[in-house]
Amino acid sequence: MSSVSSILRIPGKAAMSVPTGLFINGSFVKGRGKPITTIDPSLGKAVLPAGVTVCGASREDVDDAVKAARLAFKTTWGLNATGTERSRLIHKLADLIERDHETISVLEAVDSGKPIGWSKADVTDTVACLRYYAGWADKIIGQTLEVNNRTKQCFTRHEPIGVVGQIIPWNYPIMMQGSTLCQNKLTPANTIITGVFNVVNGWGAETGVAIAEHPGIDKIAFTGSTQTGRAITIAAAQSNLKKVTLELGGKSANIIFPSADLDQAVNWAALGVFENAGQSCSAGSRVLVHESIKDEFERKIKIAAEKIKLGPTMAEDTWQGPQVSETQYNRIMEHIRIGKEEDKGRVLTGGERWGTEGYYIKPTVFVDIKPSARICREEIFGPVLVVLPFKTEEEAIALANDSEYGLAAAVHSTDANQIARVTNELEAGTVWINQYTFTANNVPFGGYKTSGWGRELGSYGLEEYISVKAVHHNFGEVIEFPLKL
Amino acid sequence: MVSASISLLAGRKAQTPTGLFINNKWVEASDKGTFATLNPATGEHLLDISCATAADVDTAVAAARLAFKTTWGRNAAPSERARLLNKLADLIERDAQHLGELESVDSGKGLRLARDFDIGDCVACLRYYAGWADKINGQTIEVSKSKMVYTTQDPIGVCGQIIPWNYPMLMWCWKTGPALAAGCTIVMKPSELTPLTALALCDLIVEAGFPAGVVNTLPGTGPVAGAAISSHMDINKVAFTGSVVTGRRIMAAAANSNLKKVTLELGGKSPSIIFGSSDLEQAAAWTAMGIYYNSGQDCCAGSRLYVDEKCYDEFMPLLIAHAKACAIGDPWDDKTSFGPLVSAVQRDKVLAYIESGVAEGATIATGGKAWGTKGFYVEPTILTDCTPEMKCVVEEIFGPVLVVCKFKSEEAVLELANDSTYGLGAAVFTGDAKQAMRVSAALDAGSVWVNQYGILHTSVPFGGYKMSGIGRELGSHGVSEYTITKAVHHNISEEMTWPL
Repeated sequence: MSSVSSILRIPGKAAMSVPTGLFINGSFVKGRGKPITTIDPSLGKAVLPAGVTVCGASREDVDDAVKAARLAFKTTWGLNATGTERSRLIHKLADLIERDHETISVLEAVDSGKPIGWSKADVTDTVACLRYYAGWADKIIGQTLEVNNRTKQCFTRHEPIGVVGQIIPWNYPIMMQGSTLCQNKLTPANTIITGVFNVVNGWGAETGVAIAEHPGIDKIAFTGSTQTGRAITIAAAQSNLKKVTLELGGKSANIIFPSADLDQAVNWAALGVFENAGQSCSAGSRVLVHESIKDEFERKIKIAAEKIKLGPTMAEDTWQGPQVSETQYNRIMEHIRIGKEEDKGRVLTGGERWGTEGYYIKPTVFVDIKPSARICREEIFGPVLVVLPFKTEEEAIALANDSEYGLAAAVHSTDANQIARVTNELEAGTVWINQYTFTANNVPFGGYKTSGWGRELGSYGLEEYISVKAVHHNFGEVIEFPLKL
Repeated sequence: MVSASISLLAGRKAQTPTGLFINNKWVEASDKGTFATLNPATGEHLLDISCATAADVDTAVAAARLAFKTTWGRNAAPSERARLLNKLADLIERDAQHLGELESVDSGKGLRLARDFDIGDCVACLRYYAGWADKINGQTIEVSKSKMVYTTQDPIGVCGQIIPWNYPMLMWCWKTGPALAAGCTIVMKPSELTPLTALALCDLIVEAGFPAGVVNTLPGTGPVAGAAISSHMDINKVAFTGSVVTGRRIMAAAANSNLKKVTLELGGKSPSIIFGSSDLEQAAAWTAMGIYYNSGQDCCAGSRLYVDEKCYDEFMPLLIAHAKACAIGDPWDDKTSFGPLVSAVQRDKVLAYIESGVAEGATIATGGKAWGTKGFYVEPTILTDCTPEMKCVVEEIFGPVLVVCKFKSEEAVLELANDSTYGLGAAVFTGDAKQAMRVSAALDAGSVWVNQYGILHTSVPFGGYKMSGIGRELGSHGVSEYTITKAVHHNISEEMTWPL
């Protein structure tokens, strides 16, 4: 068996060949960095046959990938490929992903623990994202600017930024790839033509660092923890001041007012925190509920949490899967312990492991806890919700904003003026009104404060991959020297 | 009869629709009337096509309105509109050969050009606009903390589209892509000279999965169907490409009925300016393309030429050689790139202009006569020694006739070039970058080419200054014409006391 591919056997499915190498300059190659053993988190066992690993990229491998990407950018991609051609290729990629929907969904589920139903939805979203951006490729529009019609024509060129290093997280693997993939495809630096798209699997400490520090990379985009985001930013600053966009953590608040449709608010809140087993940067991990409806909310959220079905990843009726790794599992369980023992919160439901295999944690809700508690302030990244009461609108806003994070928030209310007031005051990059979780490919997403820099999705996401060049074309101005001042 | 058999390339017979297309169904005209469509390469009768009445227009508009309110407009998600437009593009690409043959036999266009150029452009246009469907943004506008204000760009509604015979399928796509992307529904009237491809495309509309009533196609005449559309009280916008004379009528009818929005792509008498510093060989090639492509039947044909007297004697032989080298012939023949004019009426008009030019003192440098024994061909023609007041210099001929004048200076030629009621296209050929910037800024035309002629791109707006038209097609501008702006003022905390 080649060391750049392996056979994946899943009970009940045909065996599939999966690549395990690095993808550089159009071919799969062995990596010289530390290899990766990928674990199926529903079982706690390796995904691939014993001893088979996924290649990791060393600094030298990253160099090779950057060289390939730079060459492609200068010759076959960049502005050498028309917008129409880039559009066509991205559409083609979307078509192929759609063709292989089943296989990719299974791979995603096995690798990440995401239940198969959710994996399929992610793949569908990925296809939609690629098609959305394919449509932008031939619509990258600069400006012409009137300065002096007799002597000058000024305009801006919106040029692709160059070679981009994309470091994507494990919580929505295929979607994150689609999102960064397609945004940078338009202002192309990576993909489909040889060298355009290169994949360097690896460990953050080795591969990620090499990318962040690389002098031949023009921009880095990272989704992940705030801690790693800081390190990447520092590395970018100390190397070539490459542009940086970051999608980091969150501790997003769902605010529920008395006029809200409470049953609906409960449903959205449950979705917001338990979706993907809480492994979402924009998870609504805090509910701020008006004291007059607190007891009723707690009663209903407990029922909702206990309706959630945990189970094997491949079962169509499994709603919540395992946490992605043992490390994550341990971190979340530690937060639960802190919540109980140090923060003295009351566990309304959950608060413990589920099952005997893999890394499952029951949907957990903490109540009777203070806003200053650690589990109310720190990102847990698991299926753990804290519920905090408030008396007034001002207090709710203050509580919601009292966070170093600012990724998302939600307002549940039927009072139109209240909705507008609160929405305008929330320090968050995404505010949902009477909803949670659902984003759209044409709507930007990103954080305030330490939740990140820049935006993904929508036209805003596209702008992050563009360098603006201003051109001043003088055709009528002559000067004497020295200039008369 | 709503379909008939037609003989295409190498005797291949195919069924092709001949009825009215309303609500995804084929029907005859309400009075069973028909009109004939001819093959311009032979003058022979092709098929009888249903001729829409005013009552048929009412039926189509009702269907379009219902679709707009229920299955289209804001009821169809943008990604769905994109999907269907992309699907339609795929189907056209699949059927390019067949559609190319239909287009060629109906319009006289060379088959190769119809299939590879026109239809290639059609597919690109639909795909381009599919990409806009989910990118039509409004604005949020900061006014004060007490209010939330935003705009939405809503689809304008039911659109009456009246398209010409010179690029039947391409004009159909220009009038379909942006309208559907924006969420509008359509009542389309193709030209009575070239209805076949517009009708064939409707079978693809059904196959692609567009809901009934979104696209309706009514072949018919200007005075009946066209007039009914322009004056219809329930059509929100009319878009027309054609002559100035008809454009005026449509605008007047729109004003007299419900003040529907109007966009017009009308005629042109587009000037090209050749300076001595240009690459003369290239200038000759582009100029020839600009006037002889589609046998000069192009609203932005480069039909007026101004040549710097300093390079006139060197340039003209190059140009005349290109005119003589036009590949005139049978549209079925792949080598043909110069076909007949679309009708006997058009041919006779063009010949009359040539006669009038000669009568007023112009010289025929090449061409000047009808060509061949069948069909409506006119030779590629150049008239030299022209002066500004000649009829053939002032008026749009819409045929393969180039009028040529000399000039002495940049200032003088700009005056001459801009001295027209039209302003659709213009070109400057020069090797001097500063001159290129000055002249392109000074020309009063919606499209100005520097060292090129006639090449358009789906992403670049196209339309006229002055009497060449109102509004723009293509590019982002194209889609804006099909949206209407609503401003929403959401009061948060402003209170009204009364009396004020």
